[in-house]
Order: sequence, then C-alpha cells, then structure tokens
Amino acid sequence: MTQLVLEQALNGLQFGLMLFLLAAGLTLVFGIMDCINLAHGSLYMVGAYFVAAAAQAADSFWIGLGAGVAGAAVLGLVLELSLFRRLYQRDHLSQVLATFALILIANEAVRVIWGPQPLMLNPPESLAGPLEIGEFFYPAYRLLIIGFGLAVAILLYLLVAKSRIGMWVRAGAANREMTEALGINVRALFTAVFVFGAALCALAGGLLGPLLAVQVGMGESVLILAFVVIIIGGIGSIRGALVGSLIVGTVDTLGRALLPTLLRALLPADAAATLGPALASILIYVLMAGILFFKPQGLFPARA
Amino acid sequence: MAFYRPAPWQKPLSVALLIAALALPTLLTAIGQEFYVGFATRVLIFALAATSLNLVLGFGGMVSLGHAAFLGAGAYVAAICQQAGINEALLAFPAAMGVAGLFALLVGAISLRTRGVYFIMITLAFAQMAYYLFVSARAWGGDDGLPLTGKMAFAGIGLGGDTPLYYLALGCLALVMLLFGRLADARFGRTLQAIRENETRMEALGYAVFRYRLAAFALGGALAGLAGALLANLTGLASPNLLQWTQSGTLLVMVIIGGVGYLYGGVVGALILLVLEEFLVGLTPHWHIALGVLLLGVVLFAPKGVAALFGKRHG
Amino acid sequence: MVEGLLEVRGLCRRFGAIEALKDIDFSVDTGEVHALIGPNGAGKTTFIHHVSGALQPDAGSVRFAGQDVTTFGMHRRVAAGMARSYQITNIFLGLDALDNVALAVQGRPDAGSSFRFWRPVRSETALFDEARSYLEQLGLGSKATTLAGNLSHGEQRALELAMALATRPRLLLLDEPMAGTGPEESARMVELIEHLARHVTILLVEHDMDAVFRLADRISVLVNGQLICTGTPEAVRNDAAVRRAYLGDHL
Repeated sequence: MTQLVLEQALNGLQFGLMLFLLAAGLTLVFGIMDCINLAHGSLYMVGAYFVAAAAQAADSFWIGLGAGVAGAAVLGLVLELSLFRRLYQRDHLSQVLATFALILIANEAVRVIWGPQPLMLNPPESLAGPLEIGEFFYPAYRLLIIGFGLAVAILLYLLVAKSRIGMWVRAGAANREMTEALGINVRALFTAVFVFGAALCALAGGLLGPLLAVQVGMGESVLILAFVVIIIGGIGSIRGALVGSLIVGTVDTLGRALLPTLLRALLPADAAATLGPALASILIYVLMAGILFFKPQGLFPARA
Repeated sequence: MAFYRPAPWQKPLSVALLIAALALPTLLTAIGQEFYVGFATRVLIFALAATSLNLVLGFGGMVSLGHAAFLGAGAYVAAICQQAGINEALLAFPAAMGVAGLFALLVGAISLRTRGVYFIMITLAFAQMAYYLFVSARAWGGDDGLPLTGKMAFAGIGLGGDTPLYYLALGCLALVMLLFGRLADARFGRTLQAIRENETRMEALGYAVFRYRLAAFALGGALAGLAGALLANLTGLASPNLLQWTQSGTLLVMVIIGGVGYLYGGVVGALILLVLEEFLVGLTPHWHIALGVLLLGVVLFAPKGVAALFGKRHG
Repeated sequence: MVEGLLEVRGLCRRFGAIEALKDIDFSVDTGEVHALIGPNGAGKTTFIHHVSGALQPDAGSVRFAGQDVTTFGMHRRVAAGMARSYQITNIFLGLDALDNVALAVQGRPDAGSSFRFWRPVRSETALFDEARSYLEQLGLGSKATTLAGNLSHGEQRALELAMALATRPRLLLLDEPMAGTGPEESARMVELIEHLARHVTILLVEHDMDAVFRLADRISVLVNGQLICTGTPEAVRNDAAVRRAYLGDHL
C-alpha cells in the first residue's frame, strides 16, 4: 500500500508539473492578452508530433526534443503574427470560434502529414529502466520528467517574479493600459509570451510522448485540464497555475488510483465498480466548481 | 448589440418557409432523393438545438460552453424512457425537457455566480462531468451509449421511416420558433436583452437580474433536451459523444455563423454548417481543414454572422 | 428624534490598506435636497455605492424608510423606493427614449412580473403611457421615438433622470448630474432638479458649487472618507474646517 501511494503521489507530481508547463503559457496569454486560446492544446499536440518526428529522423530523443521545441516556437511566432494579434482586441466569443477553427485545422493537418496511426516516441535508452531506491522502484524516465518540470517551474518563477521582463509581464497582466503608458512595447511582449508558451507546450508534449501515445486529439483532453488548472489558480497568475497544476495533477492521479479501492471498502462491489471510475474522472471538475463557488476569481486572482 | 424587434416581413417569410418545409419530403420523394429526408431532419433538430443556445447566448449574453450536456441529457432520457417501456414521445419528450431543464437550472444556479471566462469554463466543467458520468455509467451502455430499439411513437403513431420524424421535428422547431419570437418581443425578452446590454443598470432599475438569467438558461437547457430526444430517435442512439465539449463548440459555431442574437441565427447557422459539412465531405476526406479556414474567415471578415449580412434590426 | 428617510450609522469601508469611509453618520430627511460635496477622491462615489447597495460596508448600518436595508442588494433597495442616476450616462443606447423609460416602469414591483413570455411589450399601453408622462415631465416628450444613442448629452442625462423617476422613488440619488454638461445644459438641469425636488427627496452628489448652493437645503462635506460637517448652505459656507479642507478662499 505504501509503495502504491508513494508511486501514485510521484505520478501525480509528474502529471501536475507537465500540466504546469501547459497552464503557464495559457494563463499568461489569457491573463495578459485577455485571449481564450482553445488551440493551446493543439500546440501541445503539434509540438509532440514535431518532437517525435525529429527524434525518429535524428535517432535521438534529445535532438528531437530540442528541434521539436524550436519548431513549435517558430509555429507559435507565425500564429501570433498572422492570427492571434488580430484576436486580442476581439470579444471572447470570436476568440473561442477562431481557436476552435484552429483545432479543426490542426487535427486534420496532423492526420494528413503523419497519418491516423499514433507515432512512437522512445525515451532515451539510458533512462528506460526503473530506478531502485532501497525497497522502492520508480521509472527513471518519470523521475527525469519530474526533474525537468521542477527546473522549468523554478526558472519560470525566477523569470516572472525576479526579472525585468517578468515584472513587465506581471504589470501587463494586472493593468495593460498602465504598462503601455510606461512605454513598454506590449506588442512585442505579447509575441514573446505567446512564443514562449508554444515552446513550453512542445516541451510538455515531447516529454510526455514516451508515456502517452502521440496521436490526433491528444490536445483536447489536456487542454481542458489546463483550463481547469488556470481557473482554479486564478487567471494570469503563475503561482496560481503552479498550485492549480499540482492540485489537479495529484487529485486526478490519486483519485483514479485510490478511489475505486476506497469505495470497495465502503460500498457493495458492483456499486463501487460503477461509481469508482465515474467519481474519479469527475473529481477535478467537482473540485473546480467547488472552488469557483466560494472564490469566483480562483485561488490567486491576478487582478485585484 | 441591438434589441430584437420583429420585422414586418418576418411573419410572411416564416409562413413561406414553413410551407416549403412541409412540402420538402414530398418534393424529395418526387425527385427520388428520399435519402435527404433524414439529413433534413438532422438540420431541423440542430436548428432547434442551436436556437436554444441562441436564447442563452444571443439574448441572455451568457457564453456557455457546456450546452451539449443538455442535448445529451435529453437524448439519454428518451433512450432510458424507452428502456423502461415508455415508448410514447408525448411522455418521453416532456420528460427529456424536464430533466434537461432541471439540470440546466442546477448548473445555472452555480455558474451564474461567476462572470466572463469563468462562466465559460465552469459551464464547460459541468458538461465534462456529465460526459464522464455517462461514459462510466455501465447500466446505460458506458462508452458505447444506449441504443434505442426503434423509433418511438407519437400519440400512438409510430415514427418509423424518415418522414414522420421529419414532421415531428418540424413541428417542434416551428413551435419553439413561435415561442422564441413571442418571448423575445415580450417583457421577458426585453428584460433579458437589457440585462445582456447593461446588467448593473437593470439592477439599479429594480430587476432581480440573476432570476431572469437563470430562467433563460434553464429554458435553453430544456429546449436543448427536446432536441436531444429527437436526435436520439433519428440516430437510434444516446451516445456520450453528444455531451462532448466539441459538440458544445459546434453549437456555438452554428449560432455565431448564423448570427448571435438574431431570432433565426440558430436556424441559419445549423443549416449552413450542416449543408457545408455534407458538401465538403463529398469533396475531400480532409474537409475539417476547409471548414476551419471558413470559420476563421467568418471571425475575421463577418464577425456578426451571416444573418447580420441580410437581416436588419431595429437600432 | 424623528427618523430620517435615510439613516446611515457608523459606516466603515476599507479597500486593502485604504480606509475609504470612516465611521460615517449621515441622514437625509423626507422632502429635502441634501447635497454631498467633497474634493476628488474623498469617497463620495464609494459612499453612494453603499447607499444604493452596489457595495456592502465592513461595519455600520443603512436604514431606509424605517427599514434596515444594510444587507439588501441593489434591486431590493430600488424596490423599497431608492433610485439612482449614474455619473457616467447609463442608458440603453440601442432602445429609443420611450423604451428606456418603459423598461424602468416595467421593473417596478407594482407594474407586474417581467416573467411574461407571450404578449408583445409594445402592446402594453399602460406601461408606455406612464413612460411618456415621465418623458414629458423632463421635457423629452418630442424625443420619445429617438434612439437614446442619438440624443444630445444633456438629453441623455435628462433621460437618465426620467428612468430614475419611473421607478417612483421616495429617495433619488443623483451622482453628478451636471457632469460633462455645458453651461446651458447645466442651467436646464438645475431647473429640472428644482422641479423634481417638489415631489421627491434628493441626495445630490455634485462638483458644480453654484448648482449645489442653489439647490441644497442641507450640505454635507466629505473629506478623506470622513464627514467633517453637515448643515445649511450658509453654515457650511462659513465653516472654518470646510474652508480649510476644501473650499479654499474663493467662496
């Protein structure tokens, strides 16, 4: 039991950190540009495809990861300059419609280019096996993801909380007009944030690639989770995104692993078998609705 | 956004459209294209569903990304009724509307505490909850959905074949459009639109804003439930896919293409999107790309929707 | 002591570190025009928000017409007989003038429920006849079918007043009715308010001192969230603290 709980807790942490990579970009685009980007999940999917394709071509996970992330950043740049720039000033409805259209295009384009079959992405060979710590075994690759996630989280924190650029970004999220009045080039700042968000998407997609299948539609489910994260955390807040990611990652993972067991102890077997998976999959939505009920602006509202 | 007011040509046009729609199955049979009666039924049903969202979105100003949950709930209620031995649409359809409406009332009561994007996301979250509940409900088929054993009956008359269901869907849509047109111009619609325009002002005039919004949200949910019950009869299946958020997105797209806040916005949007889909599918298996590009075009170049291009509204 | 129409006791409100309103005792008697003045940022609008119910106080109470309305939201206070006009013109630009006022009449509890789904609102002649009478009272009779968005600024302000009147208030909260009006329009607005004051109690927030001293029966002065003086225009004009804090020497 301890082994199971510890393992699932680490899985939850790992999942949460990957969610954070996605949520960080989403919450900034959302908070600063006031733009709902439903296609954020598509950037994650396309990024994962880039990484997988590049890794296959170069026969190296690391080269693939680097090339894929760079490719996604370029794609983000193109999208920002050609489309998103025009959407920032529009209402939420137009943004929802336009980015919904992007999802349709991205899914189909990926299917045209790489076919309907999932792409295989192998982890680096040196990390393929489990790591043994005393009695406890844990896949080395998952530990690497956790390490990556923590490193990026710390880097982002330093960048946003301590650097000058971060100060502008936070200022932009809190009060755009004022930031512009201070002579900051908000346009260029927006582009940079968007591109950075796209790169983080590809990083998450590439890192998760070996664990999940790289396939069409992988972006949508994760997009919704990322939205849940930033709504819980408070739109525009990096700290909120981190806390929200960890909450959602752990609650979802532990819920799926432990709820069915718990219910079996409390309920008749067939009732538990029906209720367990259902409860586990809606747990985070219940959590989100509950948090919004008491804090309609999320846990860490960026705008006072 | 301007307020709805019936244009003088609206009544004659509606009557003409209704007559044309009544004649359609006979026409299609005459030219040997009966196959399209089923397609036309689908258009009618989605016109109804999109109109129910237009009430919420266009007239109530509430951007809901969870409307498909009510559509799906209606479909399941119809299927469950049949499973329980109730094959009469006159019983099952009101039940579908009631359950979907109550569900919407609950969702609305919680969601309407929030504003803006938070509202969009919390409605989405509720729809996701419903989706996962149905996916894991083994008694109702889980992933595979709950099939109907055959089409239901309406007032004892079987709905088998394509044409009877077509007329039932047409009747439902016509009634709903009539109700919608009346309420949009009555006190309730006036109130709802004024709240959409300026919530605080309405409160300062003594209106209990929350109640009107909630009523519209629940009514929209009930009408979506009706569309769901019809849809289950058309496809012979209540599937969890009906509750997926992409389905909510599609309904939104229909309303936006047709024209948010225009009485016929939902009908026009459903017609355009489904005909376009039918047309593009024939051209290329990758029609999603073409559709996506078209949608981007609408957002960038016709932001008020197609109805706005030829529909003039007061103000 | 007879209780005033509006009685505010010990009202406090903080926004983070800022004490926006400090322990305010304030009353408006039935029939009077009571003006609230103070320099920019003194907390006048915040105070009006607390009276109208748009904001809730941290401490203190608001009584209206003998009833404790502290916990009431805006629409319940309106139903109890409190109406307000806004600093920024706040009307429905997409409706004509008559429709705007009719919407205000329709919102009144005695005008019946707004949960009516069938009858076209335009066929409800009682609603529109009454609305027309308010337009005429405010000199907008000829503008009934003009889209509110096409009215002049002064006319829009008058329409706003007509809407407030249509809720049949016992107390009218006027938040800077002269804001943004030219000299002629303001003179006209002063006449209108004088006319209204014969029928309804008014709490007036205004920067235009000529208007305030001409209209007000009593004046209260708010400085830095504190009420420093209440009295007749004469008494306020001669109050040393007021002169020091606010009026300067030009009066």
